[in-house]
Amino acid sequence: MSHDSRSELYQQVILEHNKKPRNCRKLQGATHSAEGYNPLCGDHLTVYLHVNNENIIDDISFEGDGCAISQASSSMMTAALKGKPIDEAKDLFGQFHKLITGELDPDKDQHSLGKLAVFSGIWHFPARVKCASLAWHTMNGAVEHKETISTE
Amino acid sequence: MNENTFDIDSIRKDFQNLHIKVNGKPLVYLDNAATTFKPQAVIDATADHYKTGTSNIHRGVHTLSQQATEAFEQSRDKVRDFIGARKSCEIIFTKGTTEAINLVASSYGGAFLNKGDEIIISEMEHHSNIVPWQMLCASKGCVLKIAPFNDQGELIFDEFAKRLSAKTKLVAMVYVSNSLGTINPVKEVIKAANTQGAVVLIDAAQTVSHLPVNVQGLDCDFLAFSGHKLFGPNGVGVLYGKEKLLNAMPPYQSGGDMIASVTFEKTTYNVLPYKLEAGTPNVAGVIGLGAAIDYVRSVGLTQIAEYEHELLAYGTQALSSIDGLRLIGTAKNKASILAFVLENIHPHDLGTLVDEEGVAIRTGHHCTQPVMKHFGVPATSRASLAFYNTKEEIDCLVRAIHKAKDIFK
Repeated sequence: MSHDSRSELYQQVILEHNKKPRNCRKLQGATHSAEGYNPLCGDHLTVYLHVNNENIIDDISFEGDGCAISQASSSMMTAALKGKPIDEAKDLFGQFHKLITGELDPDKDQHSLGKLAVFSGIWHFPARVKCASLAWHTMNGAVEHKETISTE
Repeated sequence: MNENTFDIDSIRKDFQNLHIKVNGKPLVYLDNAATTFKPQAVIDATADHYKTGTSNIHRGVHTLSQQATEAFEQSRDKVRDFIGARKSCEIIFTKGTTEAINLVASSYGGAFLNKGDEIIISEMEHHSNIVPWQMLCASKGCVLKIAPFNDQGELIFDEFAKRLSAKTKLVAMVYVSNSLGTINPVKEVIKAANTQGAVVLIDAAQTVSHLPVNVQGLDCDFLAFSGHKLFGPNGVGVLYGKEKLLNAMPPYQSGGDMIASVTFEKTTYNVLPYKLEAGTPNVAGVIGLGAAIDYVRSVGLTQIAEYEHELLAYGTQALSSIDGLRLIGTAKNKASILAFVLENIHPHDLGTLVDEEGVAIRTGHHCTQPVMKHFGVPATSRASLAFYNTKEEIDCLVRAIHKAKDIFK
């Protein structure tokens, strides 16, 4: 591992999202929600989505405790997915997953990750990959498991 | 090594693993509660078994088998002497503390606990001293009672005593807490429990490398510890049990070595300790554990305890002086553990950042989720000491924490 890998991981944008997470609240009237839990480290979060009739995520939020990586990842995910169709959200999840496991190099491979590319350094830290992916897995679970739809 | 002098430089030379670099920095290893490094003597004893001494035990008449058997049984006697047991047959080799506790829960609990019987554990147990009892309670209809600790992380003895009654059949308690460092008053716990006729199991996984332990002095019924936390190999541990109890217990697992004779009509079991050691054991591991005990005794547990006490006091002072740091576990009677949380920095972020400085600490719930719940934290950072650590290494940790704080400010 390179010696400057710390700066690769804790980039300013990640620290900033950790300090002031976006969309960090319970979403009233959510159509989908799911709880994500990492039993190894105790990270715990809930992702809420409001998906409209055209299958577009018109609102998304999260609540929960976790490290800077998981807080920033949750915050940046909600910012990235708001206003996107479900299919596009799933495609982005696929790209993000490849990014954090080192299968996608944002400098070489084609992608639509935008700011999410700041997580590219995390595959150097195998123990931390799950911190970045928890929010995304939870979002995906919320979308796929219809039984978690809120009855409002 | 001279028994009366504690020579840290000479000790550190015995542990090659202390002298490596991590992320380009000299390693500062402060994760000894997770596992300890092995002195060269342990590595040699284990390697020698594989290089020139490989054989199975208790089976062959050939020379190698006899030598391996002798070395294996010598280790058993070293363990007996180390913890002050009366007889070697009271020492059962397991693969670790977890298996030792499971053995008691399954064999003793299975045979002697009944519906409505009560088991008491403390609030600060490792999951391995919670879950086996929960499973036993679920299968036998026993009741699990929890003795709480105060906000310093000290067992509230009166609350323990309140839960004790004629219904209590078993008490299982940690001697030194892995997540708080609290040294529990186990002698008083054992006395009170025995008065009610309950048997007591002591989890000494975090104890035997820090304090002298004497099972006859404690008068515990069972005591469990692991080799790898005592500078020995992985995959070997010890269950001590009073002979009378072990004799009354049915086998835990069955197979080779635990039998006296087998026919398809009837099998008779072997005597202690073999009755409770089915199958080929971890021969090299047991021999390595014997070497680890020799090593620890050559340093001297009294000297180790004194040295570590000073180190812990130094570390407590150094960490307490950091702004926004809260120590978790501040018992008066404490060993080897410095657990803490920092304002605005999650333990996992801290763990990654100090690792970049070559400092290895553990972050998470340390397999003690009820302890995290008590203190209202999802996780802690934990520096855990061994006798080969130094004040300079604690200074490295403190500097690494300050660096992390700078990044997160």
